[in-house]
Amino acid sequence: MFSVTGLNGASSNGSINVKDAGLIGMITLRGDLKSDAIAKVIKVVTGTNIPDQRQCVFTSKGATAWMSPDELLVMVDYESVDATIAKMEKSLQGVHSLIVNVSDARAVFELTGSSIRDVISKGSPADMSSKILPVGEVRRTRIAQLAVAFWFTSDTTARLVCFRSVAGYVMDWLENASEKGSEVGFH
Amino acid sequence: MLNFRCPNCEITADETDLHCDGQAHIERFGAGASDDDLETYLFMRHNPKGVHFERWRHVFGCGKWFNAARCTVTLEVFGTYSAQSLVPPKSLINKIKKKRPEWEGFVK
Repeated sequence: MFSVTGLNGASSNGSINVKDAGLIGMITLRGDLKSDAIAKVIKVVTGTNIPDQRQCVFTSKGATAWMSPDELLVMVDYESVDATIAKMEKSLQGVHSLIVNVSDARAVFELTGSSIRDVISKGSPADMSSKILPVGEVRRTRIAQLAVAFWFTSDTTARLVCFRSVAGYVMDWLENASEKGSEVGFH
Repeated sequence: MLNFRCPNCEITADETDLHCDGQAHIERFGAGASDDDLETYLFMRHNPKGVHFERWRHVFGCGKWFNAARCTVTLEVFGTYSAQSLVPPKSLINKIKKKRPEWEGFVK
């Protein structure tokens, strides 16, 4: 089967660079994050530990992001999602949990530039200062009236996730907010 | 603008990240209850000028519920606490009493 992202490779180059991050395997895992069984399965599929509150942790194998007190977002290769889910379901048999493939239900943006914090601040109530939102911390909030989650992977790069159905709107919004000449220079 | 600290994800979020669901600590009455009890449960709400206890949901964030105490006049937020509480925590009540000596105390 031929898969495309909700953004279909869109990109824009204003005060920051916005581009489609491509196909990413994303799995929602809900359950008791303090349980050993879940810690074990996360270690096997992404190589990471259970992230602390609001953190996103990476290895070369994948990433795990803390979404809420009982929810993780597991990121792996797009092609390996089905196999990963099968593996997770098998090892979590009998453990109260929920595993869902959300790869095609989300759109992921790759943001690059030194003014990402200013651009997102234009439409989000989140405190974007690097003290409140350091590199590696996930913030779930809104942009305009849409639910998004984002985290900085370095001082000048960030990932932003939204629902696939609104990917086009978020792309337009980011393009508009990062239009050249509209820099804020606050953060 | 109201700012609440969500006790579930420990993020300070403003009211546009949240959703308010009215008065907290409502006693529920269902099938078999008297008409008066059912009416109170369904329709009767406090409408104080001052300290108010509310249920809020971190709807754009972690998605979890919590309770909050705030002043309906000044919009001062006294504190937030777990939604899994039948009454507000003692420490929060003491804190509010200190700030609002004229407050009659928590009424269910």
